[in-house]
Amino acid sequence: MRRISLPALTGAALLVAYGMVFFYAPIEEDQGFVQKIFYLHVPLAIVTLCGFIAGALMAGMYLRSGNREWDARSYVALHVSLILGVGGLITGSIWAKASWGHWWVWQEPTLVSYLIILLLFCCYQPLRFAIEDPERQARYAAVFALTGGAFIPVNFIAVRMAAAYTHPRVFQVTGAQLPLSMGVTFVAALAAIALLFVTMFRFELRAKAMRRRLHALERLVSAQLDEIPAPPRHGPPARVGDGAAGVSRPAAPVPVRSL
Amino acid sequence: MPALPLGDAGRYVAMAYVVLLALLALYIGIMARKVARAERRMSELDELLRQREP
Repeated sequence: MRRISLPALTGAALLVAYGMVFFYAPIEEDQGFVQKIFYLHVPLAIVTLCGFIAGALMAGMYLRSGNREWDARSYVALHVSLILGVGGLITGSIWAKASWGHWWVWQEPTLVSYLIILLLFCCYQPLRFAIEDPERQARYAAVFALTGGAFIPVNFIAVRMAAAYTHPRVFQVTGAQLPLSMGVTFVAALAAIALLFVTMFRFELRAKAMRRRLHALERLVSAQLDEIPAPPRHGPPARVGDGAAGVSRPAAPVPVRSL
Repeated sequence: MPALPLGDAGRYVAMAYVVLLALLALYIGIMARKVARAERRMSELDELLRQREP
């Protein structure tokens, strides 16, 4: 039997889920058509927060094992989560404008805490690439990711315990406050966005692995050429395709990006 | 099949979905550019090695 590729599965899941949003799920009585944003914004927010936690766990695995693959996975998980998180933030803001009449409400703990988490992880990349030594870079980034990840459940509980909020609470201890058709549609949308996360994660991880192999190959080729000595181990890759021998070294050392 | 209302609500819903599509398109575009650059460098290396072969 032929296996279905992950991108195809993701595309199909997105089509089915958002087809259900517009053609199966009923229009909510209170909010009307604007509630359709819920099927996009909430899965994005959930997947983002889960992605941050997954990135933190992967960072923990790196600290435990010292295997650089876990560091790369953690980096990619946090990067993809950040992209989806920005989507969640913008779609939430659009919903707030339509529903509350304001793009942003600073008194709302859910919004502000989500923004804090997003801004926290926005600091991950500048922190990471400010450190030149690849080993230290990976270690510091892992500690940062782990701390940020631990902050998410604490933050979630704190927001839930806050007395005054205007943000709708769909999922409560007593169960989901949704009719079945809306619940099924929401689960389909959540699954589709989760698949989108996995697809982006795998794609970016493969692209990074390919670039790492390419840099290693460039170093090897450069070392084999008589005219030019091999570049330093963690230095930037030699540029190929110009110069008399076909390979030229960069004029000055450039800060390292190990990923 | 529910009728899609074309009022203010429709505008906001469209805006939210277009934002996500645009974000994804941007991401795919940037990643595709990076992969294309890596492929180009790979073929340059391949060509270089081919030239060095006796």
